[in-house]
Amino acid sequence: MEQAVPVVELRGITKRFPGIVANDNISLQLRKGEIHALLGENGAGKSTLMSILFGLYQPDEGEIYVNGSREIIDGPGKAIKLGIGMVHQHFKLVQNFTVAENIVLGIEPRRGFSINYRQAHRKVSELSEQYGLKVDPKVQIQDITVGMQQRVEILKTLYRGAEILIFDEPTAVLTVQEIHELMQILRNLAAEGKSIILITHKLKEIMEVSDRVTVIRRGRVIDTLTTSETNESELAEKMVGRRVSFQLDKEKREPGPTLLQVNHLTLRGSDKGRNVLTDVSFEIRAGEIYGLAGVDGNGQHELVDAITGLRPIESGSVVLGGVDLTRKSVRDRMSAGVAQIPEDRQKQGLVLDFKVSENMVLTTYKDSRFGRGGFIDEKAINEHASKLVGEFDVRTAGIHVPMRSLSGGNQQKAIIARELTRDPQLLIAVQPTRGLDIGAIEFVHERLLQAKNEGKAILLISYELDELYKMSDRIAVIFDGQIMGELDSEEVDDEKLGLMMSGNRLKGEGGGAA
Amino acid sequence: MTKWSQIFIKSNLLVPLVAIVLGLLCGALVMWLGGYNSWSAYSALFHKVFGSSYDIGETIRTITPLLFTGLSVGFAFRAGLFNIGAEGQFMIGMTAATIVGVKLHGLPAIVHAPLALVVGALAGGLWGAIAGFLKSNRGVNEVISCIMLNWIALYLSNYLISSLVLEKGQQRSEMIQESASLSIGWLSKALDNARMDWGIFIGMICVALFYILLWRTKQGYELRAVGHNADAARVSGINVKGSMLKSMMISGIFAGLGGVFEVLGVFHYQVVTAASPGYGFDGIAVALLGGNHPIGILLGSVLFGALTYGSAGMNFTANVPTEIVRIVIGCIIFFVASHGLIQMFLKPRKPGRKPKKKGAVDGGSDLGLG
Repeated sequence: MEQAVPVVELRGITKRFPGIVANDNISLQLRKGEIHALLGENGAGKSTLMSILFGLYQPDEGEIYVNGSREIIDGPGKAIKLGIGMVHQHFKLVQNFTVAENIVLGIEPRRGFSINYRQAHRKVSELSEQYGLKVDPKVQIQDITVGMQQRVEILKTLYRGAEILIFDEPTAVLTVQEIHELMQILRNLAAEGKSIILITHKLKEIMEVSDRVTVIRRGRVIDTLTTSETNESELAEKMVGRRVSFQLDKEKREPGPTLLQVNHLTLRGSDKGRNVLTDVSFEIRAGEIYGLAGVDGNGQHELVDAITGLRPIESGSVVLGGVDLTRKSVRDRMSAGVAQIPEDRQKQGLVLDFKVSENMVLTTYKDSRFGRGGFIDEKAINEHASKLVGEFDVRTAGIHVPMRSLSGGNQQKAIIARELTRDPQLLIAVQPTRGLDIGAIEFVHERLLQAKNEGKAILLISYELDELYKMSDRIAVIFDGQIMGELDSEEVDDEKLGLMMSGNRLKGEGGGAA
Repeated sequence: MTKWSQIFIKSNLLVPLVAIVLGLLCGALVMWLGGYNSWSAYSALFHKVFGSSYDIGETIRTITPLLFTGLSVGFAFRAGLFNIGAEGQFMIGMTAATIVGVKLHGLPAIVHAPLALVVGALAGGLWGAIAGFLKSNRGVNEVISCIMLNWIALYLSNYLISSLVLEKGQQRSEMIQESASLSIGWLSKALDNARMDWGIFIGMICVALFYILLWRTKQGYELRAVGHNADAARVSGINVKGSMLKSMMISGIFAGLGGVFEVLGVFHYQVVTAASPGYGFDGIAVALLGGNHPIGILLGSVLFGALTYGSAGMNFTANVPTEIVRIVIGCIIFFVASHGLIQMFLKPRKPGRKPKKKGAVDGGSDLGLG
């Protein structure tokens, strides 16, 4: 049985950071022409491992073999020389350069002292044809879609002669359509003999495109499997370390009295032009999750800002538990029982350079229990933070480390811990599981359901219909700042929702607001 | 903004120390190139600073304004603002104190001096608040408005001094009333007539206030939250606009106090000048060297004050131009700002050996809590 030499072999890679072993004796083989998925939760050590392969970190122990010979990769330059290319999750492109300029950046074809643009354009076109990566070399990066930008990143690595391509969470930023296209691109690349490592925590994609999959949990390799011989639930179990239920038991119970009333809300855009919200009305009752579906940018953010008080409204009112909040400040609304899990947790929900303990009181530091007379009672804050970290299983090296050092999932847990322990009446959750792995998603969903069962009103805004079906009692659709209609979540009907999301009002019963 | 704060908010003790050594070495190199004896120059500098009780007193006098403007710039930085306008706030504080000090007659010293001090401090604070207001309500970048306000402050001060309290036939104000003086006579006498005043003591109190306010009060928590992430602060119900205004106001008060002591404590009159004294700009360097931590700023002002005062001795004894010291100070700032370079000196044989995990870098930044 003859086995070809693997293009990349990692042997016993160990990498320690202060307080944590990010990679613990990891071995991995990448065969020529295969798509090898690297599966693991956030913080499992996938990105660290790939950073080592790409020369960004040096391993503390272990060896790297490329095409059978041992190599020390002491920087990205060396990695590129060895034919390793990386497509980062956050693109590294110059916004006001053209596609071609970005691709040739650093190794431009020259003619005398100037760049030979004609040759650059030709080379880029050749490459994009060869691999079926359609791009226009002459447009500027800032004018093309995210999916296109990703293609430019891929072309960049190919232009530098990459034979081994590492994709770091490539689908996190893509639309459904773009994901399909990317999957096709990956297959093309593999067919052309490129070897691909795909870092992801999305099981569907792995099943769809990969040949083999290596599961990493807490810095260790759990298993390497052939994709065709496994299934999603086995992978999920290996990744999380226990059985995962994809179904939640959503208790069907009669919701309580109306808590939140949004009446005829209208809001002008910041450019003073047209309305971004027009006559939006709905109610949420105690113990009810109200889902709001819609394509991003149809007034969801403005609606949240109007309820939380971050933006002044043109007309209408917001009433919570019988109290009119319309003219109240953000802080007053918070003390009246409005809580928010913001969409962008790093930008809006946390102060990353603050310690974990300081972040845990970001919305409650004014309380007298955290200090009287304008002073801060550090002991009380620390106790509070330790309690929350324990109760909500926030994995951190301590409450005195900066929030920045936590993984995305644990940052989200911290926000949820902070907001739910305030015991709010209304919880607004915007994309609460965005970018999280299965374990964390499960956690967030459980906590939301628990809050619902405790009788809170929950407004869940999501772009993923599956999440809305799973969680909500009722689903409304927002389009162009108007509520198009409402559905009972029992009535799972993609077509109806799809129609409303593209701007068609629901006829007859269930018309809801508007 | 984020880039600036990344450079400025680093409270690693090692880096400033190495930077100081490297800065002195660079100065020595320049002197060597110019044909001067660097060893005798530095020993003359050292001698000038510690040579006599008079010199020690005068060194402290030189340190005081740098301490105030350093605190001013450092405080604003902690709140996410770059107060390049400490210079102007210093001038305005000085001018207000001069006018109150000259114009009010017949008040007892126990009232007059504190009144002049408070008016000067508030004037500086209000001058800072102008930039804060423009930033919070109109979105004007505070760096731009501060630079312009510096010029306005200079010429406004000159105008006010010339038209209100000018000493006949001179390019300076009348002397302040005896009752407005903040000098300490007995201390001056004890230190061989060095000009001693309450400035350094109030400065130390301000060092403590800086720390307590930022890390021990809820107000300070808000200011720091806005400084690190204004968006999150807004979502959390913090009044971001008010917070920026307050930060610039407090920052301006620190700078204004520096100006107050310059006139009430040291000179007792104010000169009509063609250029501002530059303490505000040196304050940026002090804050940078001190990592925007009050203790660091205190140490930074001591160093820069001593270097500045000592440079006169260098000129006198070793015949080295005083500008050399500005080169040394410039080099120190350069080395503090270029962190990576220092790391290279610290670990010469292991370049990039320990790449810090992304984000864990600022671990010690808020060393106030904990």
